[in-house]
Parts: sequence; C-alpha cells; structure tokens
Amino acid sequence: MNRPALLLALLLVPLAGASLGVGVASLSGDGLVFWVSRLPRTLAVMLTGAALAVAGVVMQQLVRNRFVEPGTTGTGEAAALGLLTVTLIAPGAALWVKMLAATAAGLLGTAAFLALIRRLPPQEVLLVPIAGLVWSGVLGAMVLHIGWQTDLLQLVGIWLMTGEFSGVIAGRYELLWLAGLAAALAIFAADRFAILGLGDGVARGLGLNPRSVMRLGMVVVALVTALVMATVGMVPFIGLVVPNIVSRVMGDNLRASLPVTALGGAALLLACDILGRLVIHPYEIPVSAVLGVCGSALFLWLLWRAPRHG
Amino acid sequence: MIKVTDLSHRIGPAPILSDVSLSLPAGKITALIGPNGAGKSTLLSLIARLTPLQHGQITVAGLDVARTPSAALAKVMAILPQNASVHSRLRVRDLVAFGRWPHHQGRPGPEDRAMVAAAITRMGLDALADRFLDALSGGQRQRAHLAMAFAQGTEWLLLDEPLAALDMAHARRLMQELAALRDAGKSVVLVLHEVNYAAAWADHVVAMQNGRIVAEGPPAEVFTPAVLEPLYDMPLRVETYAGRPLVLNHL
Repeated sequence: MNRPALLLALLLVPLAGASLGVGVASLSGDGLVFWVSRLPRTLAVMLTGAALAVAGVVMQQLVRNRFVEPGTTGTGEAAALGLLTVTLIAPGAALWVKMLAATAAGLLGTAAFLALIRRLPPQEVLLVPIAGLVWSGVLGAMVLHIGWQTDLLQLVGIWLMTGEFSGVIAGRYELLWLAGLAAALAIFAADRFAILGLGDGVARGLGLNPRSVMRLGMVVVALVTALVMATVGMVPFIGLVVPNIVSRVMGDNLRASLPVTALGGAALLLACDILGRLVIHPYEIPVSAVLGVCGSALFLWLLWRAPRHG
Repeated sequence: MIKVTDLSHRIGPAPILSDVSLSLPAGKITALIGPNGAGKSTLLSLIARLTPLQHGQITVAGLDVARTPSAALAKVMAILPQNASVHSRLRVRDLVAFGRWPHHQGRPGPEDRAMVAAAITRMGLDALADRFLDALSGGQRQRAHLAMAFAQGTEWLLLDEPLAALDMAHARRLMQELAALRDAGKSVVLVLHEVNYAAAWADHVVAMQNGRIVAEGPPAEVFTPAVLEPLYDMPLRVETYAGRPLVLNHL
C-alpha cells in the first residue's frame, strides 16, 4: 500500500467513528439504532463515495478528458429515464428488473455520449464537458417531462436532485455493495484503463482491444451510476473532484492511484455527510447540497492551481 | 520477414494504397520514404494492425495480421504511432513499463524491470525517469514513447516518423541505437522524411508515391536523381560520402 492510501485509510477510521456516533437518536443499549441506521448509513456513504470516484476516473479515461464525470455526461439522466420507463410499464417489477433497466439505459446513454463526442475536434478540450452537459440536459428534460405528465416528479426529484443518506436503513442500501463491486472490478483492471487513456493506437500496439476495454468501462460507469441514483440519488462532484486531486498529486498510473481515489471518495463524502448532519442539528442538509458547495469550491481551486510537476 | 500481398486501402472514396505487394527483410533497417500522402503511414499502421485490413494480406514473421490475436502480435512487433502524444499524467518510468504489459499482463517480474531500466537508459532518459509526461518537451516525450517500444523487446520494431520531434543529437543517437538493435538480430521498419538519415542508416529502402511502390532496394540504388526527382517532384543532386549516398535536397 502506498503512502497516500495509508494516510487516507487512517483518516477514514475516525471519520467512520464519527459517522457512527453522530445523529439525533442516542445509541440505545440494544444496539438497534446502530445496526439498523448508523452502520448501514456509514457503509452506504463510503461505498457510494468510493464507487463514484472510481467511476469518475473510468469515465475520464474513456473520454480522455479530465472534466467529465458520469453525472455530467448523461449517464445518470439516462439511467433515470430507464428506471422511470420500467416504473411506468411494470410498476410491480422486481427490484433487480428495475436496476437492470436503469443500468441498461445508463449504458445506452453513455454509449450515445461517446459516439457524440467522437466527432468533436480532440484539441478543443472544453467541448467534451460542454457536450456532456447539453446531452445530460436533453435527457434530464425528457425525464422531467415524462415525470410531470405521469405525476412521478417526486420520484424523479429523489433520483436526480437530492442525493442524501438520511433514508438509508438496513435492507435499503445493500445494492450499493454491487456498485462497490463494480468499482473493485475497475481497480482490478486499472492497467487496461490507463493504457486506454494513452490512445487507441498505443492500446492496440500493446495487444489490447480498445473497444472491449471501453465496453468494460461503460458497464462499470453505468452500473455504479444507476445503483447510486436509484438507492440514494445523484451525488455530484465526487467523480470529478477526487480523481482530479489524486491525479495532480500522484499522476495517472491507475494501478497505484485508483485505490487512493476510492479511499479519497469515501473520505470526502463521509466528511460532507457528517457536516450535513451537524450544520443545522437536529435537522439535516442533504449531502449533495454540502458537496455542491464544497465540491465547486474545490473544483475552482483545482482549475486555478498549477499542476505539480516532477 | 514481413510479407505484404495485394494490399489496397481506401478512406472513403479516396484510394490510399493500390495493389501493394512487398517483403521487408528481417534483421535489417528498412526505411519507407516518399512525399506527404504517399501512403507510408497507412501501410505501417496496416502492418501494425492499428487500422483494420480492407483488402490484401499481411504476415509478420509468419503470423497473419488479420487472424492472429492482437495480444500474440504484441509479443512479435512493437509500434510507435505517429504523434503519440498523450494528456496522461504518467511518469516516464510508468509509461515505459507499459511496454512490458503484453508479456506480464500486470505482474511484472525482475526481467521486465530490467528491460524497462535498459530501455530508459538506451533513450537517455535516466534523469527524467520520475518526471511526469506533461512536464516534458515534445522531443523528450517522443523519446519516452520510443523507450516504451524498445522495452516491448519484440523481434520487429515499427516506427512512424520517430525523428519528427528530435534534435539532431538525439536523432543520431536513435539511429545508432536502432543499428545496435539490428546488429543484435532485431528488425526495424521506419517512416522517414529526412532522406539522408535513410541514406546513411537504412539497409533497405522502399520509396512510395500515390499509394504505390515506385522503387525498392539498397540505398545506393534508390537514392539516385533518376528515382528521387520524380518521387519528390524537384530537381536535386546526389553525392557520395563515406560510401553512402548523400542527397543535396536542401540547396
């Protein structure tokens, strides 16, 4: 384990401890609050943060652009569209069917985005994130329209607007383990994504099929996004800020940096979640709102600060 | 040996290569020369299976490029694509280490590390080994990519304009290293625009124009005014220096 990973792991311990301790209800003697609410919430936050950060890196390698994440390239909106469709067509469908529909739609949305940006001139770095914002805006408008027409806006709001963890209890977050598993798969395939980031020519020259690496990456991105969106709602900025900070400090040797990115995502989201629980105690601010503030500040700082060389 | 048979290639309606057949000798340095748009880079990238084959057949060391798994080909030939510039923030050492990836698939052994270190030294990158690629000049980055191709340790080395960003000291050093590789039994194919580097270092020269081979042979046979003047559509003189042709194309 490298030094940044060790430091972050050590940081996660007190954060997790604080998260287990912070809340309105006091931890009762029978441990009910702890086992049903606090522990699931803490795990859910860490899994979400880690998975989103890793999915952000994967997306950035697929697109070869640092300024995108699944939330700004239409993946989340597409997954919401799939989930909405299946909710309308088959309201009683099993959870796994809904998840499958959301993931498949997220996959399609990501594939469409990748096809879309293929036509953009590669030297215009900022066109890619702008195209992503437009694409996610179009998909989001479709979701809103259908939601409005079918009186499902409330559901849509939960998915796309406010990612938050106050509703997480045992039995209602376990799908996030699957998102964590997808992120672990990406960490396992880190070299492939790093090589893909060097360009199709280099990847082919080293005997990799860029298309199959891309498909793997798209599955990881779609799976993580769909599961997070449906379980706790979209959480912005994690996939953007954490990978960029890690890349500035450690570079893009993903084999070394992806575990750090995962730990960093977990730590940042956990810190923001705890903050959201404390600011207007005994009430809560959604973690996505806290992140919106902290994340945009961090991102501006990233843009202004010169990269570290050497 | 690389054997190309009846190769044709189109991009849209435009023919890029027409009925190209040739064999490139093993254990030699082969230079592909010709004016812009002659099809040199396309030919190289077809040989290196970077571009899918449309018509014709290519074998490298007996392996059919269209049928052999890409991973197996990566152990036989290494390719330096044109403009291999990246926005990745990799350290030079990490980039060069990826050259060994076809051999270890993520689990480098001591032999892999030794070859990476040797390739870094070969390209004079020891002082830069821990620098990020985005903190290097274009020529230094080019050398890092060359070191990656060297580290792959393949029988065949295909280089598309390897001298493009190099200063003359590093250009000569690269040619010396390629000659050393050839003397060690490796085979090199490179696209060159500087005809005099080809004249001085290549064993075999292939001259291309409008998607066809117009001349092929040792430098002394190809570097003559009779071949070069129509090829580049310009008058020029060819002298002999140290037993090799010297093209006075810049006067």
